[in-house]
Amino acid sequence: MNRDELRRALLETLSDVAPEGDFDRLAPERPLRDQLDIDSYDFLQWMVALHERLGIDIPETDYPRLATLNSAIEYLAVHAPASRP
Amino acid sequence: MPSLGADMEAGTLVEWLVKPGQKVKRGDVVAVVETQKGAVEVEIWEDGVVDALVIEPGTLVPVGEVLATLHSEGMAAASPATQPTSAPRTPAASAPPTAAAASAERGRISPAARRRAQELGVDISKLAPSSADGIISIADVEQAAHQIAPAVNKQAAMRQAIGAAMAKSKREIPHYYLGNSIDVTHALGWLAQENTKRSVKERILFAAVLLRAVAVALKETPELNGLWIDQQFRPSTAVHLGVGIALRGGGLVAPAIHDAQDKGVPEIMSTLADLVQRSRSGGLRSSELTDATITVTNLGEQGVETVYGVIYPPQVALVGFGRMVERPWVRDDAVQIRSIVQATLCADHRASVGHRGALFLTALERLLQQPERL
Repeated sequence: MNRDELRRALLETLSDVAPEGDFDRLAPERPLRDQLDIDSYDFLQWMVALHERLGIDIPETDYPRLATLNSAIEYLAVHAPASRP
Repeated sequence: MPSLGADMEAGTLVEWLVKPGQKVKRGDVVAVVETQKGAVEVEIWEDGVVDALVIEPGTLVPVGEVLATLHSEGMAAASPATQPTSAPRTPAASAPPTAAAASAERGRISPAARRRAQELGVDISKLAPSSADGIISIADVEQAAHQIAPAVNKQAAMRQAIGAAMAKSKREIPHYYLGNSIDVTHALGWLAQENTKRSVKERILFAAVLLRAVAVALKETPELNGLWIDQQFRPSTAVHLGVGIALRGGGLVAPAIHDAQDKGVPEIMSTLADLVQRSRSGGLRSSELTDATITVTNLGEQGVETVYGVIYPPQVALVGFGRMVERPWVRDDAVQIRSIVQATLCADHRASVGHRGALFLTALERLLQQPERL
């Protein structure tokens, strides 16, 4: 997956978790939690959604690396499985 | 119309899920009611056969009003059906006369349109269908949304309802407050270790550990768990743990985790996840909104360290948890960096005294030092 595809996957799963979020104004370097008003429960749901979509099992200790949109894209670019069966 | 919380005065019957002549048993969901806190599935509290559906969908009904009648199987006599849900708190005799009589011919509404109405703060009892099939559509809802003044939207109504309940609480309940700084370093480490063994879906949030600890600590101080009704405290053997859940776009609900005293940490977590999901999508059940015997609020995610709560009547206590912070802490004669959480108790002085409240908080602290035993 290239970065554009990863970005799309991230935004689509996020908008399922936080449907009321203002995605048009999302600043890619600012924390997602603050901008989308997501709590730890929503974050966990997001991890589940990413697992289902990309087949990636993100350990809890790596959660801080998905704090912003850009850092999440970077993280997935390195860790996401190359392709889905 | 059952009272789905101290702050509810009326609800709109959205749809019936039963028909006259249908057999029902205690706990069945029989109707959906739209409240200021979203759509709620109303359960029935008696076995029997539905006699007549008195109220038409779309009608705004005051709490205490008869929605339907029910008779026991093999009997002809009818009795108010959903009344027992609200009986302890709102006797039928004191119910005000119905305010919305002329809505019988109002149309039904599609689930998608109902959701849209909730999002837009449109009162569906005031909607009329535009199409010939008599079903209110999303377009009808959006049309109506253009016409409502911003001040009378749903959020304002919800704020008003919460305000009324909290004013009642502060007026009638002599609150006292206690706080304790609890070292949760070990508990966090234990949970992180547990979560490495779990798949993403099964991971546990620390909130579930805190909730479990509260449920266990209450065994030692039963005077904090129960309801204050008719000038006296009625303790509860079951711990129905109300959990404050913030709704998107503002608002708050505190549905109950039933029988938390019998649920281990993983089960508390799965129940909590289910409640959060349904709180935000509008599928809570009436018993979840009425049964709580104590409430826990966790404002740590908003970044504050200490919560000074307001008791949700007729409960007699509220437990607050703030943000986890790393602090220099003296332990084993040395200063160490530890993770600290502020636990607060706000309790009704009519039901308990500060000494007992203090025992609760120290029990909580002790239990959180041994999370593996929770």
